[in-house]
Amino acid sequence: MNRNLILGALLSALFLAAALVSFVWTPFDHTVMDIPAKLQRPDGVHWLGTDQYGRDIFSMIMVGARTSIAVALVAVGIGMALGVPLGLTAAALRGSFLDELIMRGNDLVFAFPSLVIAILITAVFGAGAVNAIIAIGIFNIPVFARITRGAALSLWEREFIMAARVAGKSAARISAEHILPNVTNLLIVQGTIQFSLGILAEAGLSYVGLGAQPPTPSWGRMLADAQTLVAIAPHLALIPGLAIILTVLGLNLMGDGLRDHLDPRLRVSRA
Amino acid sequence: MHHFTRLALASALAISAGTGAALAQGEITVAIQLEPPHLDPTSAAAGAIDSVVYANIFEGLTRFASDGSIIPGLAESWEISEDGTTYTFTLHDGVMFHDGTTMDAEDVKFSLDRARAEDSTNAQKALFAGIQSVDVVDPTTVKVTLGAPDGSFLFNMAWGDAVIVAPESIENIKSTPIGTGAFKFVNWTQGDSVVMEKNPDYWGTPAKLDKATIKFISDPTAAFAAVMAEDIDAFAGFPAPENLPQFEADPRFQVLNGSTEGETILAMNNKAAPFDNVKVREAVSHAIDRQAIIDGAMFGLGTPIGTHFAPHNPAYVDLTGMSNYDPEKAKALLAEAGLADGFETTLHLPPPSYARRGGEIIAAQLAAVGITAEIINVEWAQWLESVFRGKDFGLTIVSHTEPMDINIYARPDYYFQYDSKAFQDLMTKLNGTTDTEGRTAILQEAQEMIAGDYVNAYLFELAFTTVAKAGIQGLWVNAPTQATDLTGVSWAD
Repeated sequence: MNRNLILGALLSALFLAAALVSFVWTPFDHTVMDIPAKLQRPDGVHWLGTDQYGRDIFSMIMVGARTSIAVALVAVGIGMALGVPLGLTAAALRGSFLDELIMRGNDLVFAFPSLVIAILITAVFGAGAVNAIIAIGIFNIPVFARITRGAALSLWEREFIMAARVAGKSAARISAEHILPNVTNLLIVQGTIQFSLGILAEAGLSYVGLGAQPPTPSWGRMLADAQTLVAIAPHLALIPGLAIILTVLGLNLMGDGLRDHLDPRLRVSRA
Repeated sequence: MHHFTRLALASALAISAGTGAALAQGEITVAIQLEPPHLDPTSAAAGAIDSVVYANIFEGLTRFASDGSIIPGLAESWEISEDGTTYTFTLHDGVMFHDGTTMDAEDVKFSLDRARAEDSTNAQKALFAGIQSVDVVDPTTVKVTLGAPDGSFLFNMAWGDAVIVAPESIENIKSTPIGTGAFKFVNWTQGDSVVMEKNPDYWGTPAKLDKATIKFISDPTAAFAAVMAEDIDAFAGFPAPENLPQFEADPRFQVLNGSTEGETILAMNNKAAPFDNVKVREAVSHAIDRQAIIDGAMFGLGTPIGTHFAPHNPAYVDLTGMSNYDPEKAKALLAEAGLADGFETTLHLPPPSYARRGGEIIAAQLAAVGITAEIINVEWAQWLESVFRGKDFGLTIVSHTEPMDINIYARPDYYFQYDSKAFQDLMTKLNGTTDTEGRTAILQEAQEMIAGDYVNAYLFELAFTTVAKAGIQGLWVNAPTQATDLTGVSWAD
């Protein structure tokens, strides 16, 4: 176990725990406004202060973690569910027309600036968490397709795959039974990284008003709402900003740590 | 060496300060929040058009002064016949349009006939509905005959929708407005600004500024930054009330707190269930805490209202008690209406912060009595399309900034779709009443009627805040109509 992995896992677990606990408990109801108690600094009652409507920021951050994690997790899920089979297919049929089609299709999606397209999608189909998930998910597909294909291609040249082929297994069975288990580590590491990017993307979309709609709290929208209030109540911007940074940092550290930890070559070299 | 540098610096500063001041004296850049769709005030409802052109470029027979009173405009004087149906206007002599053509009685006839024509696209056709004929007596005299006496006719003629335009320049009016005002239109950079320059041939008191730029900054954060950085000289209708204390504390700026004619309301779709039930509308009205909205969304700026009428108007009746904040009563009313478990609806919110922030607060207040209002944030174009024209909404928040506009409740096809014969008759009676006392009594009855029918939930009268550099004088404090009148604006010496 390395230090990055531990620190990253701790940070990620912290926010995951906040999100999970928010289902059953938050210090205050995050939807209840108490206007006379607005813009309070952090104190013993409101641990992170109150926002411009007097809502408890700590509770909003907890529920906001839920929004961020849910959107990012499902978006990465979509990317994996569609990207990995595409990558496996492309690798199995390497050099064929279908391989070309899949990979050039990926290039096409890659060529667009992802956030701009995400804004386009949500602008056309309406703002909301579901459309944000779809928008972010689409951009995760080529990431997983490409990484799967790259890893699978080299595997296809290995002796144990040759053996499987000689034994008469079909390309589909080989992909599922031998290739996929051998790229799993890679996918876990990439998934962690994509998860952190998904959280950033969700915050970006919410910031421009295209993510989860009020009253569902979202870190990005908390930041946007805080903009004109920065001079009066800096904690309004600071807290959701820190939440985003720490979560993304945690996930990235965890991704790096996992890569080191799971990669057998690195492990051997360090020993 | 040290001394030299300091001296050089000081003189450089002096020079730059000097040129800056010299430039600033004759020029001004004023920002407003909304950009108009085009520049013809006589063919669209968008108030942003008047915010640019009213009084600056276009003028009518009469006009609003900064205190809301009606003063002569292009008409120097007028005579009203005994029976109150004939208005004979005497026009100023020698008035020229910006393209050099003369403004005379023919142009007045053209403008009024165009506005009241069958195929007219004027957004306020009701202002001209009473006109039976417009006759040219001689080049500076025009006679307007009404079907019946109308106590508000001179008021109607002051609206931006009633300005005088010329047949010679009407074709391109939307992009090249040609009027008679103290400023000439120079250029419109879409998405950025409209530039005007002083009209040297103006018939009246000439503008004190040589050049005026009206810039459009919709984002409150950008508005704050632009004022702070002194990129603009003034912001009329500053959109972020939370920043005002900072400007008030800063000697570089002055903050003008004024009133508007903007009744900010939570409009309900009176023809769509469940808002077709007056009990439900009353419940919504009692579910809302006005003061919380004013404090939370407007940082305390705004006056609570209980009906669709401006509190600073002498005829105003305070009816806020009829729809006081009483969530228990709201729940009871919902139960009476058979909706004890509440219901779901939509809440369409246009961009201004009174709507977006107010909407979040209202959604929370409605949730407390069991009403789930799904927030749908829309841009103005979408709002006009789906809410105003399409009437596809449950609830929406908007500020009605036209002066004395209670008569919109007499239009059953108006977006909130209030259809009351009694109210329509009352407005007909109002139009036929010319004495002030009689009109006041009718206006008060009208206010009570819409408050009693709980047509909409009345929130507050929008405040109008202008932030300007300390040296500017002559800006309007209040907004009796939508306008950014720069004709009297100048820099203090």
